[in-house]
Amino acid sequence: MKKFLSIFLVGAFLVAGCQTIPKDALTLSPESLAERQMQTRKYETKDEGKILAACAGLLQDMGFNIDESETNLGLITASKQRSAENAGQIVTAVIVAALGGGAMAVDKEQKMRASVVTRPIGDQENYIAVRVTFQRIVWNTQGQVTKSESIIDPAVYQEFFDKLSKAIFLEGQEI
Amino acid sequence: MKTKLSLLLVALVVFLTGCATTQQRLLDSEASQVQLRSIQTRAFDTTDKEKTLRTVMATLQDLGFVLDKADATLGTVSATKLKGYALRMTVTVRPRGTTQLLVRANAQYNVQPVTDPEPYQQFFAALEKAMFLTAHQAD
Repeated sequence: MKKFLSIFLVGAFLVAGCQTIPKDALTLSPESLAERQMQTRKYETKDEGKILAACAGLLQDMGFNIDESETNLGLITASKQRSAENAGQIVTAVIVAALGGGAMAVDKEQKMRASVVTRPIGDQENYIAVRVTFQRIVWNTQGQVTKSESIIDPAVYQEFFDKLSKAIFLEGQEI
Repeated sequence: MKTKLSLLLVALVVFLTGCATTQQRLLDSEASQVQLRSIQTRAFDTTDKEKTLRTVMATLQDLGFVLDKADATLGTVSATKLKGYALRMTVTVRPRGTTQLLVRANAQYNVQPVTDPEPYQQFFAALEKAMFLTAHQAD
């Protein structure tokens, strides 16, 4: 009996110690094509620099700070920090506290990251494809990470590209 | 009494073996350099470094990564995937002879290095498809 217990203990330690990478972490998911389409638009131009500049301007419009950029490969990465408080969680926390449940941790801050990749496409390379991806990490009032995820909301990408079309127009007019 | 003692001992041993020194953690000394390189590296029959790097970036995006940085001169790309976990990858591209490029990837899952061959095989399978080229074992 005691032997079983010790084997169990050792097993538990080993399992807790080895956190392995999920099997599907580096495989193409069935949704990947749909996500690519949602996150990509193409513009009829050969001027990749102009599109990148418009993207940088747009990220600034959206309150992002540019972290890194590489013009030769068509990449801009940007990030911003924002509040992550949401009314629903706070109401729940107040109710829990009122019922004597003590202070409940609620989401407090989030870091949002964006990366824009441009790429010449088409037979004559006369289109520039723009793909943007967003992700965020959320911390609660105790400093713990509560969410780390990609943002996959079609409305977000729709609005981004609506604004990008405007930004490309504005840059063209040098405003 | 004896069993209790042995239990304690077992627990202690497990804890101690779990504790690597800073030097081991910094240099990941327990991994074999040669074996790691062969797991993480493939050769492609192309000399177009820029196009290869752009394809690597597109593949990483397809796999759900957000790009962190890229450098065309050095030939490196880094990206992070967040999905309840943090998976960080760096991919380097450099010439091998006059007809091939060597692509090397290394990954970190949360706080651990990824040393299993399988995730890398999956990554290179996805990259092969995007490159329209076969990945050769480099050694």
